Amino acid sequence: MIKLVPRGERSRAMAYMSPVFAGMLTLLTGGIFFATLGLDPLHALSVFLIAPVSDIYGIAELCVKAAPIMLCAVGLAVAFKAQVWNIGAEGQLLMGGLVGSAVALQFGEAEGFWILPTVLISGMIGGGLWGLLAAWLKTRFNANEILTTIMFNYIALYLLLYFVHGALKDPDGYGFPESALFSDAATLPILIEDTRIHIGILFALFASVSIWVLMQRSFIGFQIKVLGADANAAKLAGFKHKHLVWIAMVISAALAGLAGASEVTGPIGQLIPSISPGYGYAAIIVAFLGRLHPIGILFASILMALIYMGGELAQIELNLPLAVTALFQGMLLFYLLACDVLINFRIKLKTAATNAAMGN
Amino acid sequence: MDIDLITNILYAMVRTGTPLLIVALGEMVCEKSGVLNLGQEGMMLMGAVIGFIATLTTGSLLLGFILAILSGVIMSMLFAGIALGLNANQVATGLALTIFGTGLSAFIGADFVGQPIDGLNPYAIPLLSEIPLIGKMLFAQDLIVYLSFGLFAVIYWFFKSSRAGLTVKAVGENPHAANVIGLPVMRTRYLAVAFGGAMAGLAGGYLSLAYTPLWTENMTAGRGWIALALVVFATWRAERIILGAYLFGLASILNLVAQGLGYPVSPNILAMMPYAATVMVLVMLSSNVVKSKMHTPMWLGKPFHPGG
Amino acid sequence: MDTHHDAGGTLNLRLRLQGITKQYPGCLANDRINLAIEPGEIHALLGENGAGKSTLMKIIYGVTKPDAGQVYWQGNPVTIKDPATARRMGIGMVFQHFSLFETLTVTENIALALGEDAGDLKVLADKIRTVSQRYGMELNPERHIHSLSVGERQRVEIVRCLVQDIQLLILDEPTSVLTPQEVDTLFITLRQLADEGCSILFISHKLKEVQDLCHSATILRAGQVTGDCIPAEAGATNMARMMVGDDTPISTDYPKAEGGEVFLKVHNLSQTTEDPFGINLKNVDFEVRSGEILGVAGVAGNGQEELLAALSGETLEAQAEEILFAGEPAGHLDPKQRRQRGLGFVPEERLGRGAVPEMSLKDNGLLTGFLQGLVSNGFINRVATSQFADKIIDDFNVKTPNQQTAAQSLSGGNLQKFIIGREILQNPKLLVAAHPTWGVDIGAATAIHEALIRLRNDGAAILVISEDIDELFLISDRLCAICNGEISPSKPTQQTSIEEVGRWMTGIFDTETHAVAQESV
Repeated sequence: MIKLVPRGERSRAMAYMSPVFAGMLTLLTGGIFFATLGLDPLHALSVFLIAPVSDIYGIAELCVKAAPIMLCAVGLAVAFKAQVWNIGAEGQLLMGGLVGSAVALQFGEAEGFWILPTVLISGMIGGGLWGLLAAWLKTRFNANEILTTIMFNYIALYLLLYFVHGALKDPDGYGFPESALFSDAATLPILIEDTRIHIGILFALFASVSIWVLMQRSFIGFQIKVLGADANAAKLAGFKHKHLVWIAMVISAALAGLAGASEVTGPIGQLIPSISPGYGYAAIIVAFLGRLHPIGILFASILMALIYMGGELAQIELNLPLAVTALFQGMLLFYLLACDVLINFRIKLKTAATNAAMGN
Repeated sequence: MDIDLITNILYAMVRTGTPLLIVALGEMVCEKSGVLNLGQEGMMLMGAVIGFIATLTTGSLLLGFILAILSGVIMSMLFAGIALGLNANQVATGLALTIFGTGLSAFIGADFVGQPIDGLNPYAIPLLSEIPLIGKMLFAQDLIVYLSFGLFAVIYWFFKSSRAGLTVKAVGENPHAANVIGLPVMRTRYLAVAFGGAMAGLAGGYLSLAYTPLWTENMTAGRGWIALALVVFATWRAERIILGAYLFGLASILNLVAQGLGYPVSPNILAMMPYAATVMVLVMLSSNVVKSKMHTPMWLGKPFHPGG
Repeated sequence: MDTHHDAGGTLNLRLRLQGITKQYPGCLANDRINLAIEPGEIHALLGENGAGKSTLMKIIYGVTKPDAGQVYWQGNPVTIKDPATARRMGIGMVFQHFSLFETLTVTENIALALGEDAGDLKVLADKIRTVSQRYGMELNPERHIHSLSVGERQRVEIVRCLVQDIQLLILDEPTSVLTPQEVDTLFITLRQLADEGCSILFISHKLKEVQDLCHSATILRAGQVTGDCIPAEAGATNMARMMVGDDTPISTDYPKAEGGEVFLKVHNLSQTTEDPFGINLKNVDFEVRSGEILGVAGVAGNGQEELLAALSGETLEAQAEEILFAGEPAGHLDPKQRRQRGLGFVPEERLGRGAVPEMSLKDNGLLTGFLQGLVSNGFINRVATSQFADKIIDDFNVKTPNQQTAAQSLSGGNLQKFIIGREILQNPKLLVAAHPTWGVDIGAATAIHEALIRLRNDGAAILVISEDIDELFLISDRLCAICNGEISPSKPTQQTSIEEVGRWMTGIFDTETHAVAQESV
């Protein structure tokens, strides 16, 4: 029988090793899973994890997909540090995309260097306000933010659908639920020729560095950490609970909003009904997998982007449903949570011999 | 608005509220024992897809429902093993269950999307179903709806006057005290989680075998989450859960009402209604801090390790 | 008395422990413990905090399993695998932190512990009534636990043991939550039980009550038995030496002080709580002068938490004038603003309020020390923060590997020294300390008392709220008590007695002394 023995103190080594273990266990289970489907596990795994990045184009796509996940996840890291359970990155991303699109379409074919920043900032504001609404309901009415942010995800999706089928639909689009293509002035510049890598990647990197500085060096970041670790201590020290919840929420929601605005102005180039294949949910897993730390999140985002690409390729080459992506995501999070037990506990195998010894 | 329309709205309200009622009752038992399982959505989807495939391939509705319940239980044990056995964060583990269940159900069910089956038909009880207005609502439903009435009664009694109900409450209020006076804390929690899983599986099966009846990806459309809000709304009391479930049922069929009244509203706006209603209800009922504190199981969501 | 019985004598013993050993991560809680209790004997298990008393008790009651050693019950070797087994054998236990469920009734609580033996709840309720009357512990079985006082809750725990056939009753620090008068009543009950043949294992760190009550005593230090004795004969000093060892100084007397100007004035403070289980404060009126220590006695749950929250600024007052700092209205100020005006605060919960468990000592220094130049332009001054933590550790002799150690891995005494040091190094004009030595070893308690006296001598006003009446008499210059949200008149420590403070703790505020007290102010 397995017995958990408390360590007494958190193991830092295990905190870093746990995501690695989780990744390996996911690979192993994935292999077994493919084998039971009658596929060659090694081939299937290589289609899933290696083939997508075997050329420059693939690596570029990896970056394109990792950027929005990373933006959402570094923001979520701040909220989760504060124990503000923002499950609404998806909805905030959609609102960022929706508001950004609405503003971008207002400019029509106008030219100007200020158009793109305006569009992006509008997206951040759209996402940020969407998150702030949940924060306000939490601090003012004590409404559980897990449930409200989930509900806002659904509402945001239907709002987006409402507009893409209505006011923002391209009048010359033959009735398709799509907006007109954005003008060049409202589109993210390409960073590397002949790829889709756009400057949104830089936003993600810049956000990571800023969040690192905020959390490790600033007093606000310290207060956020104290609030999350021990709300009573924060209260006694006089840290303002409401303000901190608002700050944490607005940071994470605005970054998700920026991710949404970057998607519509970047790789997509217009507003369509499905601007995110669940990046906001994936970011939750990435935030945990990256230990709520920007560097960890960088690696976890790349892995998550790879799983997205692997899922797409598996659909084509192995004839598997696209849902294989979500399956791997869920498995990864499960294994991570299970492995995290090693941070606070040691595993002791309790054999019959030790049982007998204890009886004496 | 004529009487037939009202009769039909009431009928549809109960029918639509039933899966919510079943999941919420299960989750309430689970939360009373101090465990917060946010994986309802994932468990429901698994119940829906497994139940559907079983019935499609064997033709047996009974087998479909049994396997739906069973898959809910298995999913809930996955949660319990990690959140209770390995002491992981319950919020994160519940989320993982939902993400995993969503993915797995979509994967398993990919080949079955849109296939038709003969779903569970209503069974009108003679005479009683003829009562004007409420007859159809209460007595012309299918067997699962009748079962949900029974479930409600049993759970109401369970917490009102059974010894086991007392144990569940004690374990949820103070597991450490329960442990030192010799109550089986972990066993109680595993059982409560399993019951929650069974109910979620049954509710999922109801959606794919009776309500629609067909399988589509993500067909629960957030009902698992709404049920979680419902438990908060009901302040962990069965009699308020049944009320809340039917109110949400009503909110979900507003499009019927709107059509009946002849108002043209965008379907996308109407689709938002249940979610918006959930937020509103959460706001109204949580704002009384004192009252919510009185009824929340005190140890809800906090890990407990019995220790060496 | 020889408690090391031979094998033949074992048969007459109710309970015998042989070589009980229990290892926790980083601490040997019980090291080859031997113990023997006869029928009808009241046996003390004496030792300071952290000596291993609670672990031993939990082993006897089947909550914890020993790593090695054997338990004999009525002469037979037994394995007590869980509390239900212990209960069926006739062992009952009264926990220090009660194992009761607030939202359930007395009967329901007792029924839960009895399991299948509880039978019909109505019959059980009658039995509870009968038993509680027989032992002089009046109880209403229909009441909900949250509506009961601490003393009444303890009765529920005791009656829960007595409704079944009880052979051995274990009580863990039962007097620490009672008023002096309630202690007397409890002792009468316990003697009655012992006379009827029930054995009692009485866990305590208070020498005086052990001498009053117990027939024999086993003394523990750092997990080992350091002696067995008959308390009435052994003498307090001998027993104290066995408890704390030779190298720890035992607290002496501290000279009392008068104080100067009034620094903290609480005037007509009334407040209705939002917490359904909370206490309303009613016309609380008192003053603390610079250079004196005011002690507030009281049984837990009588409004201490609410008063502390009102003083720290966690709850704000309707009227700013209800709390005055050096004459300035402060009732509307938040915790940070109060700190800026000279408040230092030591809460009851060290981990989870006084310090963030998983954060390092360095970060925990910053937690309340941020006004001491540790933050500039919104960024943390890491050098200054590091120096501040080191200074606390050095000046207050905190035993820790370094300032990066997590607060939760320090012992209670060391962490408390750190927290008190952190507050004192901010040069407070007013220090509010709740239960400053709760659960810490005697060495640390003495260090903390000396630090408080030094701070007083440097001219700070100090308010100490504690359940430990002996501690209050030791360090306070003036005393008062809180009961059900009301505060008693105060008197200089030397002019009052344990009995009088005990009466205040039960809400009997003598009007005559009240008038005197007002004149003297």
